[in-house]
Amino acid sequence: MRTTFINTLIERARIDNRIFLLTPDLGFSVFEKFIELYPDRYLNIGIAEQNAIGIAAGLALSGYKVYVYSIIPFLTMRCFEQVRIDVAYMNLDVKLIGVGSGYSYGPAGATHHAIEDISIMRSLPNMAVCCPGDPLEAKQLIEQSFSLPGPMYIRLGKNNEPFIHAKDDLVKFGEASILKRGSDFALITTGNMLEQGKNWIDNWISEGYDPEFISMHTIKPIDEKSVLSIIERGLNIITLEEHSVIGGLGSAVSDIVAAAGSSCKVAKVGIPDIFSHYVGSQEAHRKHYGLASRPDLHVLGILS
Amino acid sequence: MMNEVIRSIRKSILTMMHYSKSSHIGACFSVVEILYTLYFDILNIDPNNPKKPYRDIFILSKAHASAALYATLAYRGLFPLEWLDRYYIDDGILPGHLDMNAAPGIECSAGSLGHGLSIGLGMSIARTMRKELGRVYVLLGDGECNEGSVWEAIMLASTLKIKNLTAIVDYNHLQGMGREVINQTNLSERFKAFGWNSVDVDGHDLDALKQVLSAISPESPSAIIAHTIKGKGVSFMEDRLEWHYKSPNDEEFVAALTELERAQ
Repeated sequence: MRTTFINTLIERARIDNRIFLLTPDLGFSVFEKFIELYPDRYLNIGIAEQNAIGIAAGLALSGYKVYVYSIIPFLTMRCFEQVRIDVAYMNLDVKLIGVGSGYSYGPAGATHHAIEDISIMRSLPNMAVCCPGDPLEAKQLIEQSFSLPGPMYIRLGKNNEPFIHAKDDLVKFGEASILKRGSDFALITTGNMLEQGKNWIDNWISEGYDPEFISMHTIKPIDEKSVLSIIERGLNIITLEEHSVIGGLGSAVSDIVAAAGSSCKVAKVGIPDIFSHYVGSQEAHRKHYGLASRPDLHVLGILS
Repeated sequence: MMNEVIRSIRKSILTMMHYSKSSHIGACFSVVEILYTLYFDILNIDPNNPKKPYRDIFILSKAHASAALYATLAYRGLFPLEWLDRYYIDDGILPGHLDMNAAPGIECSAGSLGHGLSIGLGMSIARTMRKELGRVYVLLGDGECNEGSVWEAIMLASTLKIKNLTAIVDYNHLQGMGREVINQTNLSERFKAFGWNSVDVDGHDLDALKQVLSAISPESPSAIIAHTIKGKGVSFMEDRLEWHYKSPNDEEFVAALTELERAQ
């Protein structure tokens, strides 16, 4: 998705001279082509994220569309108040492109894990939050960000994620992608859990179930209609995200269910409310913290 | 001779602080001459066209002195003087800290310290990259310079050899809990060590301010360390920490107003 981001940005920068790329000293081997083509619309700020966001705001106030790229915790948390005031409060055209969602940087340790970012970013007024789940979603959401004027956080995984969508699928910002209609229960995933969600769906189908499968690539504004449609059909919901169970996709979906006064059950599969002290890859982390194994529908109480 | 606009600005600030019972009158009085010089002598702006392209930009990073900016903007003609009657009150127009949507001429929202210089630097970079005219001025508090983000911006500005940026430090020696909680001596030398041109000036001397604000370093970003007195202009508020917080009661309001009216 990292490569998808930069290639999509390079393509757009050719026809839109407002595009400006900032990095607080990350992106080695990612940005070389952009720098070569548009040296006057790129800046490495140095390892100073607060300054990077302030500068992004100053550039946006001067007419640029600014993309700031970094590893998620440094992009969203180190400089959260700059994001809050300089970007969100002033409602500026600044897009925050975070890499390393969830346990992507597993063995690097908890400093590099991104497990609370959706929660804090979606609480900011004016801030849109997107978590693309495959390169197709990443490309189309980044393309749509070019014509969205306000602040936006785009949460990317790593690189070389497989395509889950069909090649000609259309992804729309703010609209859930319904990958499969179903009548037994619904699985809603966001971001880099899309691939695993697909595997679970395939397994459930082979066991004779008929699950609905939704990719909620836009967490804010969330597509309420897609959730209300599930509720109206009397289905229970499993949410799946590589993010804390506090404040992410599961919470956003639960809010809709609660507000609707529905008795629909929401089972949240996500990262428990703990910092990892475990050492291991993303895959190993997922296993260790219970995200990898397909839950038993009976235990979850999902089959009504 | 007392400049009559400056006298009016101070009287407006005093009145605003009194009716709204709000804080920071000391911080406001500290910067009146700096704001006056910028808005009446230095900045290329058009009150009838506040968004004029290629204008100069002023950012009040120490936004707790917002009342001083509002009064200056009103006297410069950016918005009606009556708006000053609706500061920091229910259904008001002008908030305690800056909201760029509140009134014309406010270039940037602010209120948490350590943000403004980075934003100003971003604007300077934009103008540099596009080879545009227009200079960016950012006013910081000396206490604000405790914030590490200020120094992030200072380091990068000189690295990029930014020439269209001026940082002014309101050096009144008093911050939230006391006198130079963090040692601020040799501020000019500190800026110079980070690659800036820096000069010291009496922050209440209009001629001196005009001179240093007009003389711009052609090589590097410019810092101006303005030596000021917190609460300047009202004797019982000058250099007194409590006027960071207190708002004048009725007796203090009358005494301060009388003193401002009588000042020669």
